[in-house]
Amino acid sequence: MKRYTIFVITENFIGILNRITIIFTRRGINIDALTASESRLEGIHRITIEVTASEDTVIQLVNQIEKIIDVIKAFYHEDESVVYQEIALYKIPVSRLDGGLEKIIRQHNAKIIAAEPDFVVLELTGHKEQTQELLEILKGYGLLEFARSGRVAVAKRMLTIDSFVK
Amino acid sequence: MKDSMIRGADIVVRSLIAENAEIIFGYPGGAIMPVYDALHDYHDQLRHVLTRHEQGAIHAAQGYARVSGKVGVCIATSGPGATNLITGLADAQIDSTPLVCITGQVASHLLGTDAFQETDVVGISMPGTKWNIQVRRVEDIAPAIAKGFYIAKSGRPGPVLIDITKDAQTNFGEFNYEPCLGFRSYRTHIPIEKTAIQEAAFLINMAKRPYVLFGQGVVLGQAEAELKSFLEKSGIPAACTLLGSGALSEDHPNYVGKLGMHGNYAPNLLTNQCDVLIAVGMRFDDRVTGDLKRYAKQAKVIHLELDPAEINKNVKCEVAVLGSCKDSLELLTQAVKENSYPEWMAKFQKLADEENATVIQPDLMPTKNGLTMGEVIHRVNQYKADDAILVTDVGQHQMIAWRYFNYKKPRTQVTSGGLGTMGFALPAALGAQMYDFSRQVVCVVGDGGIQMTIQELGTIMQTKAPVKIVLLNNNFLGMVRQWQQMFFDKRYSFTELDNPDFIKIAEAYNIQAQKVTERGDLQEAIEDMLIHDGPYFLEVVVEKEDNVFPMIATGCSVEEVRLS
Repeated sequence: MKRYTIFVITENFIGILNRITIIFTRRGINIDALTASESRLEGIHRITIEVTASEDTVIQLVNQIEKIIDVIKAFYHEDESVVYQEIALYKIPVSRLDGGLEKIIRQHNAKIIAAEPDFVVLELTGHKEQTQELLEILKGYGLLEFARSGRVAVAKRMLTIDSFVK
Repeated sequence: MKDSMIRGADIVVRSLIAENAEIIFGYPGGAIMPVYDALHDYHDQLRHVLTRHEQGAIHAAQGYARVSGKVGVCIATSGPGATNLITGLADAQIDSTPLVCITGQVASHLLGTDAFQETDVVGISMPGTKWNIQVRRVEDIAPAIAKGFYIAKSGRPGPVLIDITKDAQTNFGEFNYEPCLGFRSYRTHIPIEKTAIQEAAFLINMAKRPYVLFGQGVVLGQAEAELKSFLEKSGIPAACTLLGSGALSEDHPNYVGKLGMHGNYAPNLLTNQCDVLIAVGMRFDDRVTGDLKRYAKQAKVIHLELDPAEINKNVKCEVAVLGSCKDSLELLTQAVKENSYPEWMAKFQKLADEENATVIQPDLMPTKNGLTMGEVIHRVNQYKADDAILVTDVGQHQMIAWRYFNYKKPRTQVTSGGLGTMGFALPAALGAQMYDFSRQVVCVVGDGGIQMTIQELGTIMQTKAPVKIVLLNNNFLGMVRQWQQMFFDKRYSFTELDNPDFIKIAEAYNIQAQKVTERGDLQEAIEDMLIHDGPYFLEVVVEKEDNVFPMIATGCSVEEVRLS
């Protein structure tokens, strides 16, 4: 079992996400995270799926995803061959700030993106290990809310999707 | 509004006509009523068959598609009409049958409000369709139907569902039909890789005991002639899957029999003795392979397959030749040496003789009192036409009929293979017969399965489709009973049936019927049935507790196929 990133290049078609997730559900495989967005090309969407599975399973998932009529192309990568980021937001009550926050923000390269009378919101962008580390620390500060995005990623190899979209 | 504008419902019907649909199977209801209203105007161009249940409609469309090679079409209303199609969709999906199913949907302003007969049929049918779409605007109807037909019949065929809201059916729009010729996210033609052919030919040319397994892909790809040429040049023995039957005449010298749980003895056993296994248009279903961990481990596997998702899915292959087997078989035939394998062939013959003595003779020429299912099929074989179509349901009778029906022509086999849908046969036989009234269509069905869709006798009565129904009645859900006998200590839990008087039922539907209980009456009854002009219902009371052999029990290896 290993962590893989699956990229799916699709037409912007209602229900496509449903068709993709069914393939995982059928085999009882959990999707660790999923992000969908428009691509560089108009009308083409890209979906990034993070999954922990064996390579044989990932190959079959990718083949079955690619079989979906409105999917243009699907590939998979190991962590080493993608550049990826996740974003995390942390909401902390002002009442719990004890002067230690500055150090934490500096050490983790986090940002304050909102400050309200009752709470502040920190943002950290990075790999899951990094956002998780900050989460553990901020739990000691009465963390009110935490949200983390799925992975956004680009492949390291020099291949663009244009060749599949003719 | 311009004069040239027509109702969405008319666009539906005219699009079907533009796709050369000749016949559709369906059942009306509220949300599809505008289309039914339109059908009234086009009944001379597009025939509609009113089934007695939507499941009957879709199985009939499947039967029609399987024998014609064309796209089967069925229509149903929203809600329960649409959900009644689901079994047929799943069946067509797993057996790669091209279908276009059109369902009515509540008006678009009611979507998502739990309106009367509203159901999310696009959501429900998603896993059981190759593609589906909801159409809410009149201008989207014709493009959706064009795309639907293209997707259903191209590549690896499959079912498509098009859900059309009632307002889209009643609104007016222009009709300019443009057939779909392809689109960027869906590639149907895969050029054959020359290196794959060379690698495959190299393995084949070096082989001492090569072995071909062929499936329905040969029929779907219309590669019957290419398969025959390949086998004749290479001299390789060949066995077929359930749905591959008919792709090669059983009289062909290279043909060695059938694969799978109840296939023939030699083809299963020798799978684990070949050195090169050439799989053509088949998907290594678990009913073919038995225990995968002990399946053909000694062999180098070559897989000729159109669907990339099938490669290495169940059996890892040495060489994958992606693309239509019509193309790859032709190239492979050029690349292989002329050869013959007399010793290898003799092994098949020796085991076939063993099966013949232990299983086939007692099945076909029984000496015991009760009638066997095998002898009924044997008699049908003696009197049927060469191009007779056999439609079967699911269970013991299906396996027996498949084993003993002598297939000679492609598209003469209609059965529910992958899904194993009881109740499939009667409506599927009706659909097959609707394609061509002049062909012999023999529907072999059990007493369990026929009662799942027995209402379609009404459709047979109304259409006068001359289907020959052979009911093999053992008053049991025979296949389940066989498993209970073999694997559950003969605990016959809910498998014995108190059956109605089937003859009275058939006669109530105005279908000529006869019941046979004695061996002496069988031959004449079958002759009577086959020469009868019109539908015929023959009930044969067979031995209650007969078993189907050979058998590979669940979890066993192909080499553990048993004769008793």
